[in-house]
Amino acid sequence: MEYKQEQSKAAQEENSSFIRISNVSKHFGDFVAVDDVSLDIGKGELFSILGGSGCGKTTLLRMLAGFEVPSGGSIEIDGLDVTRLPPYERPVNMMFQSYAVFPHMNVEKNIAYGLVKDGLPKNEIRKHVDEMLELVQLGDFRRRKPAQLSGGQRQRVALARALIKKPKVLLLDEPLAALDKKLRERTQFELMNIQYETGITFVVVTHDQEEAMTLSSRIAVMDKGQFRQVGTPKEVYEFPDNRFVAGFIGTINTFHGSIASISEETLSVYSDELQLTLPALGTHPVEVGQEVDIAVRPEKIFLSRDEPDNPDDVRIQGVVDDLGYLGNRSLYRIRLANGKIVQVSSQNRRRSVTRFLEWEDKVWISWRPRSAVVLVD
Amino acid sequence: MAGSVNRDNLWQRVAIATPYLWLLLFFLIPFIIILKISLADPVIAQPPFTPTFDEQGALSISLDNFRFLLTDDLYAITYLRSVVIAGIATLLCLALGFPMAYGISRAREQTRGLLLLLIVLPFWISFLLRVYAWMGLMNNHGVINNTLLWLGVIDAPIQMMYTDIAVFVGLVYSYLPFMVLPLYATLERMDLDLVEAAQDLGATRTRAFWDVTWPLSRPGVVAGCMLVFIPAMGEYVIPYLLGGPESLLIGRVLFDEFFVNRDWPLASAVAVVLLLLLVVPIVILQRNQARDAEAAT
Amino acid sequence: MRKTSRFTTSVLAFGYAFLYIPLLLVVVYSFNDSRIATVWGGFSTRWYGALWQNDQVLDAALLSFRVAFTAASMATVLGTMAGLALARFRRFRGRTLFSGMITSPLVMPEVITGLSLLLLFVSLQQLTGWPGQRGFSTITIAHTTFAMAYVAIIVQSRLAAMDESLEEAAMDLGGRPLRVVFDITLPLIAPAMIAGWLLAFTLSLDDLVIASFVSGPGSSTLPMYIFSKVKLGVSPDINALATLIIAIVTIGVLIAWLATRRTRSA
Ligand SMILES: Nc1ncnc2c1ncn2[C@@H]1O[C@H](COP(=O)(O)OP(=O)(O)OP(=O)(O)O)[C@@H](O)[C@H]1O
Ligand SMILES: [Mg+2]
Repeated sequence: MEYKQEQSKAAQEENSSFIRISNVSKHFGDFVAVDDVSLDIGKGELFSILGGSGCGKTTLLRMLAGFEVPSGGSIEIDGLDVTRLPPYERPVNMMFQSYAVFPHMNVEKNIAYGLVKDGLPKNEIRKHVDEMLELVQLGDFRRRKPAQLSGGQRQRVALARALIKKPKVLLLDEPLAALDKKLRERTQFELMNIQYETGITFVVVTHDQEEAMTLSSRIAVMDKGQFRQVGTPKEVYEFPDNRFVAGFIGTINTFHGSIASISEETLSVYSDELQLTLPALGTHPVEVGQEVDIAVRPEKIFLSRDEPDNPDDVRIQGVVDDLGYLGNRSLYRIRLANGKIVQVSSQNRRRSVTRFLEWEDKVWISWRPRSAVVLVD
Repeated sequence: MAGSVNRDNLWQRVAIATPYLWLLLFFLIPFIIILKISLADPVIAQPPFTPTFDEQGALSISLDNFRFLLTDDLYAITYLRSVVIAGIATLLCLALGFPMAYGISRAREQTRGLLLLLIVLPFWISFLLRVYAWMGLMNNHGVINNTLLWLGVIDAPIQMMYTDIAVFVGLVYSYLPFMVLPLYATLERMDLDLVEAAQDLGATRTRAFWDVTWPLSRPGVVAGCMLVFIPAMGEYVIPYLLGGPESLLIGRVLFDEFFVNRDWPLASAVAVVLLLLLVVPIVILQRNQARDAEAAT
Repeated sequence: MRKTSRFTTSVLAFGYAFLYIPLLLVVVYSFNDSRIATVWGGFSTRWYGALWQNDQVLDAALLSFRVAFTAASMATVLGTMAGLALARFRRFRGRTLFSGMITSPLVMPEVITGLSLLLLFVSLQQLTGWPGQRGFSTITIAHTTFAMAYVAIIVQSRLAAMDESLEEAAMDLGGRPLRVVFDITLPLIAPAMIAGWLLAFTLSLDDLVIASFVSGPGSSTLPMYIFSKVKLGVSPDINALATLIIAIVTIGVLIAWLATRRTRSA
């Protein structure tokens, strides 16, 4: 994680606008699928577009590929305005959500297709195909038809076919959605490796937040045709910009309140729900008295039977409403005095106090001042 | 319990046996009779052919009819003509039907239903009347000639009726829906991502069509061609009404041999040979359908 | 990008014009006052009146409808059984022959079907004395035979697309196979049976060649009557008859289409 972020930062600084999307919109009749979106993606990034179903991810990707012409705005790739270029003239290739592997051609022919269209000599094509087959480990399957391949193998054919033209940008629409969980995890790392080896800029569309978090150097969270936040996985997770992003990525506890005072480092928020004044971090300018939410991730909350002794921490009493064992960690639902449920997730360590908690046990929940963030909108 | 099982068994047996017996009696046996009569000799009697077993009970069959069909040029030429005319009509149907099916399958969802309905609608209107409609159009004093004369394109009517051109028009007109519907079924089912993938990899729209759309629509092309070719081979009404007296097709020859010449054995032999000619396309069609059904699952 | 090209659009337009202009002209000329069918002599509906007076047309139409109704109904019963047998009873003796006989009538040239059935009727008459006269019964049998194949295919493909687990669930809940057929299977394939019946009805009404073979003297169906007139050339009363048929079919199909569209969108 650490190294990737540094790499991506370096890349951003070097060439922060390899792909430049400026005020791009797409209308289908009255319906606005993509709404005035701007975004810069750096060279060599593995960039994810994350969002719920129907939010416009595929539409945005199809505009990058050239299958849809934007209703407004422009797209530049490596300094070249491609807004109106047809797909076959763009330095971009796409891996389709359905893979779109040609069913009437064998693996080899599928992979070679792009180079054949470019009119490369036969022996050269063969050389590149061999390279690709090795990269995606399909050497033994070169003469098979797609119908004789597993889902994971088909996915790799699609990947090799899109990579063989050495595009400046590779677009991947839900590349892993059709694979089962085990295979998906393994393939994630393969994708990251291939991206690293080839150095090609990847733009990945996904609705799976975990996938986006593991894969990407940066994530754009999309909703109703607009970006709600763009940032590294850590930024997006730890410092969500708004309620949508906070709620979309992972689970989060929110408490309603209003700004009580503002200091340089933290804000203090009076929560009417808890009748407590809480410290929290802010990312947006606020005024005293403004209504906000305070958000805390379940894994940032500690559980204990006795009152925790650190006076800086937020400490609240409650009872165990429900608990669930998930192997390496457990999930708790803690009911506060006012009836509000707080979700807590804790690692199952050998000596952890939480190991012997039972329903209706009295417990304390607590978190560090810097674990809470203020959400404005 | 045992009783109910028996009853259910009985129901299954009835469900199988009733249509089975019906088809045996009214479909299979008639063919055996055709075969039998094609091996008889014509006589002037009622019925006008010799029995398979003579009075002494000895088998009396002859291959004379088939020998005659093979040696008489008229029949060989007519079979050949039928194949060629049905073949050309099939290709014409394909040339017109493919872009139509393609256009319908790529039309917007709401219009697609209507466009398909308009393809099927003529099929529900009498076949005979649809052929008849062209008689009024292609006459020497028909609408087409009158229009062309009026426009000054021609000075004298063009002879269209009673020519092969009229037969082609009639065949294409009548059998176009049989071409469009199976083509539409394959094209509509086709994953459009495949075409886009080809374009994404550098193929122009035209190239992507020939690389992807065309090869993948083969099941529809085969089904459509066979569904046009097979009935066109045996067509009687169209050559009779639109074709000239010399534009003989085998269906018409069979009909005339039976009704006009009353040579039942020869007509039967003509039918047997026609069926043999059609075995190949019928087998192609059934293989194609089976493979297509398999691929669809 | 997923738009159709100008070429496709123009072929589409040409194709529909090709399909509909001839029919349209028949309709127009049916209101032609002139006896010479290709010369316009002013507007008139007299050919429709003449049709009404023509007993031959009415008799032929009546026979055609009687045959079509009976044959479609019999074909639906037999075809549904056959479709069920093919789709749901996996194994029985002679299955290959059975499915071969079901699909063959679909591709059999009409002249052969007609000839073979006539020869059968002639042989049967020699052996058993039945059918003494060829007409309603022989045409109905012939039409039932080829129409049941269409019904069977429609029912079979509907059943193949249908989830067998519905029937299994019903059996699991204690339904006996025969009950399950009536409670679950038949209601589910009812649309296919209706479609099959309608198709069989139209095919029967439409048939000229087979009926010409298997009918006897004195019994002509509507297509046979039309053919005997049309052989002699274009005639105005046939234009009127054609227009009536076109109108009935178009209205019927449109109603059916709107009805299915309504139910689908509801
Ligand atoms: N060609 C089109 N015509 C009309 N509306 C469209 C078209 N393509 C997409 N839309 C609409 O635009 C919206 C965004 O579609 P898009 O395919 O981009 O969603 P998505 O974010 O990829 O969703 P998913 O995760 O389900 O794939 C949807 O509401 C969709 O209905
Ligand atoms: Mg999508």
